[in-house]
Amino acid sequence: MFLNAENMLGGYGETTILNGCSISVEKGEIAVIVGPNGAGKSTAMRAIFGMLNLQAGKVIFDNQDITSLKPQERVGKGMGFVPQTNNVFTSMTVLENMEIGGFINKDNFEENVQEVFKLFPILKEKEKQLVGELSGGQRQQVAVGRALMTNPKLLMLDEPTAGVSPIVVKELFEKIIEISKAGIAILMVEQNAKQALKIADHGFVLVQGENRYTDKGSNLLANKEVRKAFLGG
Amino acid sequence: MDYLNALALITNYILLPGLTYGSQLALGALGVTLIYAVLRFSNFAHGEIMSFGTMVCILFTWLGQSYGINFGFLPTALLFLPIAILFSVIYCILLERIVFYYYRTKKSDPIVFLIASIGVMFFTAGLIRFIIGPSDQSFNDGVRFLFTVRDFKNFTGLNEGFGLKTTQAITVITTIALCFLLFWFLNKTRTGKSMRAFSDNEDLALLSGIDPNKVVLLTWVIAGGLATFAGVLYGLDKVYKPFIFLQMLLPIFSAAIVGGVGNPLGAFVGGYIIALSELFVTFAYKKVLGYILPEGLGPDSMMQFLSTDYKFAVSFIILVIVLIIRPTGIFSGKTL
Repeated sequence: MFLNAENMLGGYGETTILNGCSISVEKGEIAVIVGPNGAGKSTAMRAIFGMLNLQAGKVIFDNQDITSLKPQERVGKGMGFVPQTNNVFTSMTVLENMEIGGFINKDNFEENVQEVFKLFPILKEKEKQLVGELSGGQRQQVAVGRALMTNPKLLMLDEPTAGVSPIVVKELFEKIIEISKAGIAILMVEQNAKQALKIADHGFVLVQGENRYTDKGSNLLANKEVRKAFLGG
Repeated sequence: MDYLNALALITNYILLPGLTYGSQLALGALGVTLIYAVLRFSNFAHGEIMSFGTMVCILFTWLGQSYGINFGFLPTALLFLPIAILFSVIYCILLERIVFYYYRTKKSDPIVFLIASIGVMFFTAGLIRFIIGPSDQSFNDGVRFLFTVRDFKNFTGLNEGFGLKTTQAITVITTIALCFLLFWFLNKTRTGKSMRAFSDNEDLALLSGIDPNKVVLLTWVIAGGLATFAGVLYGLDKVYKPFIFLQMLLPIFSAAIVGGVGNPLGAFVGGYIIALSELFVTFAYKKVLGYILPEGLGPDSMMQFLSTDYKFAVSFIILVIVLIIRPTGIFSGKTL
């Protein structure tokens, strides 16, 4: 496995939120973490990215144990992270956001920014505009674009479709499939569980910080119990 | 009715001094606003850092003068400004390392930083009084006027006129050049953009690989440099008073907040707004009205809204009004 987070145990303060959950993704695949509110979906992702200290378990990425690395160091190793909120520089232009995104990777800047603009043509049109003035869907594109500027091998998205319109959700998912086809591993936390599982190669259903179901996305969608308990029938 | 004479009077007593004082405030407010934008606290020690830089500049000017160095018709102090900037930048870096770094790694609340900066303010004020003493120092040895009121009157034949002090010209030109440079740096260079990114969204900037220590140090360097410019230009224009810098904090903070704290353009504009309002409100309009109004209607009283003793109240009132009506300031900075 390209990314393998095993038996993660951790939380904030005394209470543990992750109770031994495991997440794994292969290159060129899309993995989706779903589950009810408070199941520890976002926490699991933060733990994989190093924003949460684990009490037990380890994170193997690209055949290296990165459990003790800081988030910045993980970015250097090839992880890209799009937080759920505050994921863009609102007071800067689209192009400047890309520049900061590619801060540690300035040699390939032109190449990377063209790639991002090819993926999100609307950003090319608005490259001189302040990101704070863009719509929610466009901001998400900026956020994903910024993360892609570091040439990540694994892209992690924390609820990328939160608060954007259904049409934009569809469009964003299409873009995410396109990104994964370029050979980038994708790990997503999603509220739109049904739609997300449709495009997912693997799905992880978390409940109370533990893996309840782990299977192919299509199998999970077909699973009656999963449908009833987590996908609203 | 004589508008030209009135205009000359207003230029001499309001516009020129206002633009000069405004420039000095703008430079001070830029430092405050940069520190606020990047380190997220109101640096009360900024006035004393201005004072510290000016003191170093005066000491070196005296040293230079004792060796017979001068700068022609310009003040000798300008020659030693780079050395003064170097010293205050080093002082700022020491402050950062010894005082603020500790709170930064502890992720203390902004209020803790603010209180620490008040401590730094008292310490620096004490240090300055140890070194140069508490008394006023006049260190402007250049030609005082580029042209005097008398020159102007002779040239134009008007009753009233305005003179242009050398220091006024130097202050305004230097300020505009520095601001231009600063805005170019922040908007066009990689390092400047990384500073803006850090100020906008610290976590995301860290994720993008921006080194926070570098950004913070650079901010102190710029703030220290600007503070020295502001202090020296103020000292040249008026006189160096170690005690004035505590009082100057109020108009400087007002300028930063009126423009929108954390926004450099706001600090720049805010400086002029505060300075000009102070002068507009405390100026005695008797003579001006005498020229503008029809013969015989000229007022007998001074026609002064507020005594000059109250000039600091003006910035205070503006500050309160802005905080009530538009807390983010004119250019929408961050709310305090």
